[in-house]
Amino acid sequence: MTTATSPLDVDAVRADFAILGRTVRDGKRLVYLDSGATSQRPRQVLDAERAFLEQHNSAVHRGAHQLAEEATDAYEDARARIAAFVGAEPGELVFTKNATEGINLVAYAMGNAASSGPEAARFVLGPGDEIVVTEMEHHANLVPWQQLAQRTGATLRWFGVTDDGRLNLSELDSLVTERTKVVAFTHQSNVLGTVNPVDALVARARAVGALTVLDACQSVPHSAVDFPALGVDFAVFSSHKMLGPYGLGVLYGRRELLETMPPFLTGGSMIEMVEMAKSTFAPPPQRFEAGTPMTSQAVALAAAVDYLSVLGMDRVAEHEHELTVATLRGLAEIPGIRVLGPTLDATGEVAARGGAVSFVVEGIHPHDAGQVLDDQGIAVRVGHHCAWPLHRRLRVPASVRASFYIYNDLADVDAFLAGVRATQAFFGAV
Amino acid sequence: MQLQQMYQEIILDHYKNPHGRGLRDPFDAESFQVNPTCGDEVTLRVKLDGATVADVSYEGQGCSISQASTSVLTDLVVGKPVAEAFTKLDAFVELMQGRGKVEPDEDVLEDGIAFAGVAKYPARVKCALLGWMAFKDAVARAEGVTT
Repeated sequence: MTTATSPLDVDAVRADFAILGRTVRDGKRLVYLDSGATSQRPRQVLDAERAFLEQHNSAVHRGAHQLAEEATDAYEDARARIAAFVGAEPGELVFTKNATEGINLVAYAMGNAASSGPEAARFVLGPGDEIVVTEMEHHANLVPWQQLAQRTGATLRWFGVTDDGRLNLSELDSLVTERTKVVAFTHQSNVLGTVNPVDALVARARAVGALTVLDACQSVPHSAVDFPALGVDFAVFSSHKMLGPYGLGVLYGRRELLETMPPFLTGGSMIEMVEMAKSTFAPPPQRFEAGTPMTSQAVALAAAVDYLSVLGMDRVAEHEHELTVATLRGLAEIPGIRVLGPTLDATGEVAARGGAVSFVVEGIHPHDAGQVLDDQGIAVRVGHHCAWPLHRRLRVPASVRASFYIYNDLADVDAFLAGVRATQAFFGAV
Repeated sequence: MQLQQMYQEIILDHYKNPHGRGLRDPFDAESFQVNPTCGDEVTLRVKLDGATVADVSYEGQGCSISQASTSVLTDLVVGKPVAEAFTKLDAFVELMQGRGKVEPDEDVLEDGIAFAGVAKYPARVKCALLGWMAFKDAVARAEGVTT
């Protein structure tokens, strides 16, 4: 690799994504800048799911016929490959319907702890206990904790966000205290792109005996992430944001925690022994996977992980960083643009920032700006991006978000910047 | 370019110079409506005089479509009998939910016909209806108070 060229062969990557070949809005090239919402799927992932269904499909962890064996092997092999991708052991990975369910699983398990055995004592919450989140959370890592606080009588507290879109860590020692039972925070903001200092938050949480829950939905698809190295207790990420299918989320939990945590959803597949009046539960991860699991989806996510691993997550991160810097530089040259989140410093660089660029155009509502971009074939996200409190904090009703992935290139950035100027021309001229 | 079909001059005029904007007293009922997908919101008050819409006043934040459609609403319903206002409301809802296939009646909807192009963009229909849903809700509350 030379540093003079792009870290990725984007043309080769794009050839794997059939959807990028279609046109939108009367024949315009599709400029897909909404991977923060959902990524596109390469042929290799679609082929893997089809191959499983055509060759090995059967219900896993039940039945003794050959297909049942093959399907179970494929499912567990997928778990092992996905676990390795985030540095975890296979038994530390639980498949859920989506990342939101993964967070709810932990929150509900904690809510169930009071009526479980003594082994679950460390998950019990009650009045006087505190849950700490941040003001930049996606609703998925906020509302479940609000609800848990409401059910248990615990108190919800949160880190504020600075004007430049970073966590206000001056509050670390006063917010995370002996009363804190859980610290839940995002690894990388889906709006600001901000990469949070996991080390500092984990160190403080550990010092006071609090559990950490990391929302890694926007980090795992875009950079090399190793959960055990980060030291978090729990983490979630989402298949469809990393080239995989819908309907599948992943919950990581440290083994010793999963072994003592009570279940959330109960029923088939998650039991050890069932009698009419009571049941005992299977060891993790099965304890947390009630019902028939998302088998072909897990197989396809493993193929997505393989695809990303071949590219190399460091190169993926480097590629997106180049696009992000080019975008921030371009936006800085357009008058009337306010970028939410970290911007370029005097040297033209920015650290601890991922590839989500949200902004507002002075005098133009984000919905209207998004409409003009769409008219040119540019797909961006408009609205509050499921982070309403963050937008309120930054005193904007909504924003426009461009987010990048492996199949975007500098031509996309140029089209986007031209589109933003066209937005101003369209509304400024009338 | 499809964009001009959506952003008709009439819509942009109402957006830049909204009619009837600002919350006024007296009023019989108030409705707060929000579009949860984008955070656009409107607070709208209705004053009835018997069976007539005496005044509609509002405040809100949102895109050009939501703000302009609320401005057009006030032109269409203030001074009209409630029944006629609801006929217009029904016609506007039908137009917006018609996916661009409903031919609007200018006698009924006046400037409201400019929103026909918006109906082709399903994601924006809720924007256009935000103020109208607030009006419907506020009238229902006002009638609940007076009866």
